[in-house]
Amino acid sequence: MAKEMRFDLVSPERRLASFEADEVLVPGSEGDITAMAGHMPLITILRPGIVRARGGDGDREFVVSGGFAEITATALSVLAERALPRDEVTADFLDALANDPGSDDPDATAKYTADIAALRAALGL
Amino acid sequence: MPSLKDLRNRIDSVRSTRKITKAMQMVAAAKLRRAQDEAENARPYTERLNAVMAGLSESARASGHGPKLLTGTGRDDVHLLVVMTAERGLCGGFNSSIVRLAKTKAQELAASGKTLRIITVGKKGREQLKREFGDLIVDHVDLSAVKRVGYASAQDIAGNILARFDAGEFDVATIFFNTFRTVIAQEPTAVQIIPASFDSVGSDAAPFHDHEPDEEAILDTLLPRGVAARIFSGLLENGASEQGARMSAMDSATRNAGEMIDRLTIEFNRSRQAVITNELIEIISGAEAL
Repeated sequence: MAKEMRFDLVSPERRLASFEADEVLVPGSEGDITAMAGHMPLITILRPGIVRARGGDGDREFVVSGGFAEITATALSVLAERALPRDEVTADFLDALANDPGSDDPDATAKYTADIAALRAALGL
Repeated sequence: MPSLKDLRNRIDSVRSTRKITKAMQMVAAAKLRRAQDEAENARPYTERLNAVMAGLSESARASGHGPKLLTGTGRDDVHLLVVMTAERGLCGGFNSSIVRLAKTKAQELAASGKTLRIITVGKKGREQLKREFGDLIVDHVDLSAVKRVGYASAQDIAGNILARFDAGEFDVATIFFNTFRTVIAQEPTAVQIIPASFDSVGSDAAPFHDHEPDEEAILDTLLPRGVAARIFSGLLENGASEQGARMSAMDSATRNAGEMIDRLTIEFNRSRQAVITNELIEIISGAEAL
């Protein structure tokens, strides 16, 4: 069985990452999921959070605004409306995210705000 | 017969026009490169999103109760046409080819008794549609302040359209834009975005997936994004097409100006020669008379 899986992170404007990873952690809407090669095929919605991909050359982290992930046995693609490598994220970026909940539903908006707050705390911004 | 001075002035003015069109052509070439890169970068996202949605919508359709964005409102009475054109002219037939397609479609729909609403994106399309369909234009999106069309612009337009859909203002939405084929060929295209239709589900259909939270919730989040993604790719295709059309229009304008300069120069030289000959004849006949 293959040990690595193909990890792709794309946003509408560009492809941010595409490499082989040992394991990838994605912030699923129902809880974090770590996927390794051979994972059951799964499509999940993402909440705003951090995607962490562990590859041969160390960890790489990205902040995503939500979106969804498609997991298969050999590949994991994250499609995010907005995404940035973790070290390029600024407080302004988070503010912009916070102002754009993308839904009118009060429950969804409350959850979104909480997710952004958690993300802010995790990043220390 | 124009005087020598007139001719010289005309040659100078054509020459400076040629300089301008040449500069515009080069600017368009540089912008075209960037626009093509942007379109290229956007492709993976749109393709994946469409593939996943196509897979999901298959099963939702089969079950018969999918979200409205997918199955439609059950009616086909009110059509929304989103006509996306450029903010600037001087790009050959770029704007009018889109408008022509939209007009044909609008007349077809009107003939079959449908109600029409139009949203224009870009100043040029609005100007051309205003005369005939002025009272049908419900909204206009101005992108002239936007230097680089980003996903945010597409999201704004999509938000506007989705809000109208939720309010029940229309049943079917179609976007119009130019698909970029080559620098000299752009193809006016109409794509129906609501209810969403997916062609080319293909035989390599996605393997069976588990879904979290569940298929319906995923479709609910994905479909609005799909609308935005389609508008975004339409905008990008338009951006590349506009620059391509401008580039070839300016190229032929430059060539035209060159030909005109050659013609005028020949005419100028001829009349100069005629003037010299005249003067010589006068001198000689003067000398002979003495």
